Amino acid sequence: MATEAERELGMSGLRRRYRVLIAKLGLDGHDRGAKIVARALRDAGFEVIYTGIKQTPEMVARSAIQEDVDVVGISILSGAHMALVPEVLRLLREYGAEDIPVVIGGIIPWEDAERLKAIGVSEVFLPDSPLSAIIEKVRELAERRRKSHG
Amino acid sequence: MDRGQVEALIDKAVSGDLRSISKLISIVEFPAEADPHIIEAIMRNLMGRGGRAHVIGVTGSPGVGKSTLISKMISEFRRKQYRVAVIGIDPSSPFTLGSFMGNRIRMQIHSSDPGVFIRSMATRGVRGGLSASTVMVIEALDGLGFDKIIVESVGAGQTDVDIINISHTILNLLMPGAGDEIQALKAGLMEIGDIYVVNKGDKPEADLTLKQVIDVLSYEGFERETGWRPRAIKVSAVMGTGVEELCGIIEEHLEYLRRGGYFRDVVVKRRIYGAQIVLRHILESRVDEIFRGEGSFIVKMLANGEIDPFTASIKILDRLLGR
Repeated sequence: MATEAERELGMSGLRRRYRVLIAKLGLDGHDRGAKIVARALRDAGFEVIYTGIKQTPEMVARSAIQEDVDVVGISILSGAHMALVPEVLRLLREYGAEDIPVVIGGIIPWEDAERLKAIGVSEVFLPDSPLSAIIEKVRELAERRRKSHG
Repeated sequence: MDRGQVEALIDKAVSGDLRSISKLISIVEFPAEADPHIIEAIMRNLMGRGGRAHVIGVTGSPGVGKSTLISKMISEFRRKQYRVAVIGIDPSSPFTLGSFMGNRIRMQIHSSDPGVFIRSMATRGVRGGLSASTVMVIEALDGLGFDKIIVESVGAGQTDVDIINISHTILNLLMPGAGDEIQALKAGLMEIGDIYVVNKGDKPEADLTLKQVIDVLSYEGFERETGWRPRAIKVSAVMGTGVEELCGIIEEHLEYLRRGGYFRDVVVKRRIYGAQIVLRHILESRVDEIFRGEGSFIVKMLANGEIDPFTASIKILDRLLGR
């Protein structure tokens, strides 16, 4: 841990801010929502790594690890969430990175949202989610991960 | 984390474990978060193995195609079995310190390749085109055995030339049709290329731009301090044309540095600069601290017009240095 004096010194360039990966999973080009969320997180002080569209589960999992993010945010509007999201979770486990929380945003039927949460997705944001609620939840998840990982 | 755990982590990272590489990089990328002894132990170990990687700096204005070209360069280097790391730097907001980093988008095709590691870094309040801990991350990647470390500077303005302090080879990307030979004669960014790359070569203006650059480069005195005469080439990163030839010139430049004994000089310069950028950042943070909030007696005098800015800063400096 940094000393109290070091904290007071600022040194933002040598300190970690919360890092979030925002990815569009699968064959889905509808990226407006993902960009709006990414921008809102940026304005809330997060470091957002944006992967763009048409990402495979492998790309998402490995990018999340390479970037050492605190939260993975997946946007999916194609309807393929039940096929692709579990695969992201599986790969994160395979790489020993199951501690990185995954949140989903998109057009997800509520019963699917429950199933996704049951298999380990931390939160599912449906189309009516306010940005403030997304930011708050992502911050809470990031905080929790940093506390347990130092 | 104790010594044993540090060594175990380094061993796993050296053997190629993705998670361990990434964890190590994070520790040295955010050194103010960790125990200084841990940082020292990690860096001593890794720097003992390093000094071998070829660091390639890529600079140019925003939107010129740096990320797209780097992606094609990675493919080319991977064909030659090199292990490649990329540090993609994007700006932090000066207001919120948040950042939107999009360098990966163009390189995602390589994210599943175990021979490629890509890390996005925000500038985090540092000017000049790099982050304060860029050199720490380069040293770590070097120690982990990456052959090519490509540093994509933040989309550069005319004087963002810090990348010169860390790179063996500098690619300066130029936009076709953006200015005439007068732009090419300007100081700053145009002084630092080892290879000038006119990207978007599929555009009709590209040939003229290439001609203008070649013309200016042919003036006497354009040699780099190593004696290398800068080269110019036209590529289209999107189409992939010219990239093989470009990578050939990059290897030629590396060979030139090795033959002339300059390779090691760059490593030395980079390490010294690495300490400078960190120290500068810490001091700048202290200066900011002094002026924050109510401020000291001197700041109040300054506000009341009882002391001038120059005299005030000398007095503050004396106090900072304990004189």
